[in-house]
Amino acid sequence: MISLIIKTKKYLKGINTRILKNQIFAGVVFVFSFITISPIVLIIYKLISKGYKQINLAFFTEIAPDTYEAMIALGNNKIIPGGILNGITGTLLMVALASIIAIPIGLLIGIFLYENNKKKYANIVRDITDIIQGVPSIVLGLIAYFWVVKGITHGFSALAGSFALGVMMLPLIIRSTEETLKMIPETIKEAGLALGVPYHKIILRVLIPTGFSGLLTGILLAISRIIGETAPLMLTALGSMGVNYNIEKPTSAVPLLIWEFYNDPNMVDLIWSSSLILMIFVLILNLISKHIIAKKNN
Amino acid sequence: MLNSEKNTKILLFLASLTIVLMASGMVLTLINGSIPIFKEFGINFIFSTKWNPTEGKEAYGALPFIAGTIITSIIAILICFPLAFSTSLFIGEYYRGKKLAKIVGTMVDMLAGIPSIVYGLWGFYVLRPLIVDLGFNSQGYGIFTAGIILAIMIIPYATSITTEIIMMVSNDLKEAGYSLGATRKDVILQIIIPNARSGIFSSYILAFGRALGETMAVTMLIGNTNIIPKSIFDTGNTMASVIANQFGEADGLKLSALIAIGLLLFVITGLINGTGKLLIRKLS
Repeated sequence: MISLIIKTKKYLKGINTRILKNQIFAGVVFVFSFITISPIVLIIYKLISKGYKQINLAFFTEIAPDTYEAMIALGNNKIIPGGILNGITGTLLMVALASIIAIPIGLLIGIFLYENNKKKYANIVRDITDIIQGVPSIVLGLIAYFWVVKGITHGFSALAGSFALGVMMLPLIIRSTEETLKMIPETIKEAGLALGVPYHKIILRVLIPTGFSGLLTGILLAISRIIGETAPLMLTALGSMGVNYNIEKPTSAVPLLIWEFYNDPNMVDLIWSSSLILMIFVLILNLISKHIIAKKNN
Repeated sequence: MLNSEKNTKILLFLASLTIVLMASGMVLTLINGSIPIFKEFGINFIFSTKWNPTEGKEAYGALPFIAGTIITSIIAILICFPLAFSTSLFIGEYYRGKKLAKIVGTMVDMLAGIPSIVYGLWGFYVLRPLIVDLGFNSQGYGIFTAGIILAIMIIPYATSITTEIIMMVSNDLKEAGYSLGATRKDVILQIIIPNARSGIFSSYILAFGRALGETMAVTMLIGNTNIIPKSIFDTGNTMASVIANQFGEADGLKLSALIAIGLLLFVITGLINGTGKLLIRKLS
């Protein structure tokens, strides 16, 4: 009788340790997950708490101050005058140009892969797309330097920066285009073909309109990936003091300005507000694309 | 009109040809730019640790940068693994399909949206002082600091693929485990992980590939000294950051050395990513 009680106790103890181990494991998973999401909160908190003071209308309508102006403002304990207009216009110019380069080619290649799904050559193209997606952005900056800065514009230029950014966008757009088209039911396409519609019209009137939200999401996400790129622009667009719309001239961009502010002790206060603006750009792009995806799923 | 079918096909084919030509052009440009340095130093360029741009005494070796790149990325993946894997379990198993999982997933995705330079700033002004306060290192710069930031940066890439793979493990298997009295921990360790092993492995290889090429955040934190780091708190330099730092004033042999480093980086990331993709393809 006694031995049975001891046995049962031992058995229960075994169960308890197993339950305990299970709970400890879950606890570790939860703690680590919490640690994982904490940086995003901390980073955004830092940007807002340090950056909001500098943000006013002038921040969007004036160009970056020079270091002397910033020094005087610092000496008088005022906020630094000027803004990041040259960065914002430069970023918009280069993102627009990169999109013009990458979107048409990306869509066409995506359609090509969708059409020739299983062919050997299509697989090669797919592998190359993957390789380009994996190339570090600084290496793409090197390439843009040799092809565009040295070869076309003979000097640092917005075009060179846009080329580097465009090459970064390309694989993302190709991939999202192919994935989106794969989701479209074959029957829709076949209905068009059965009516004798020529293929380019199927693409323009059936595939692109049906997959429009997916294609747009892919493009927006691609833009949100490149908008904060700094390294390739240092080798290509270089930066400029004023607003520049000439694609053959050096151009500033928000990330380039952040880098300049970071390296200038007088202007270092501007890094947080500029980073905050850049983050808001990225977040808006992400939110719009999430919204589109959610709408599509409903 | 008759030829429009054919024209569309030709147009699509030509588009696909641009990316093939572009990729080959890139490799050729990098090889072409690296020829002078390999002519001067031969294969020693890869294995030498000397980096001296002074004219007359010029010596270039890429080993400190190769070592720095690989070491920081390994530190990053070691820190990233427990965090990202736990998060994958949180999203894909513990709170699967629940609202909380969605919120956590969105927050992890947001990490991928933060520009590299903002990570650099945060690392410089928040993380670096912390490292100094903890007494690891007097300046706070170094491969450890850079590794932590890199780990945060690659978490979203590792998490998203691993979560998907964990969710693909068949419910029948898991239920069979539970019916035998297994706890959730047992199911995770003995059913989910063994089944998803190769997928998890390849997702961390891809995250590793990401870490290799990161530039700005690393440049701002690693200390930029051209030596092979001997301890985890030493400063160092990576291939990407030496290109970013020294490109501005480079010409002649030094420029060629930087391009050769770019070529090596291209090859290394290509190999790592290729391995990861190959493993994933084998799975499906």
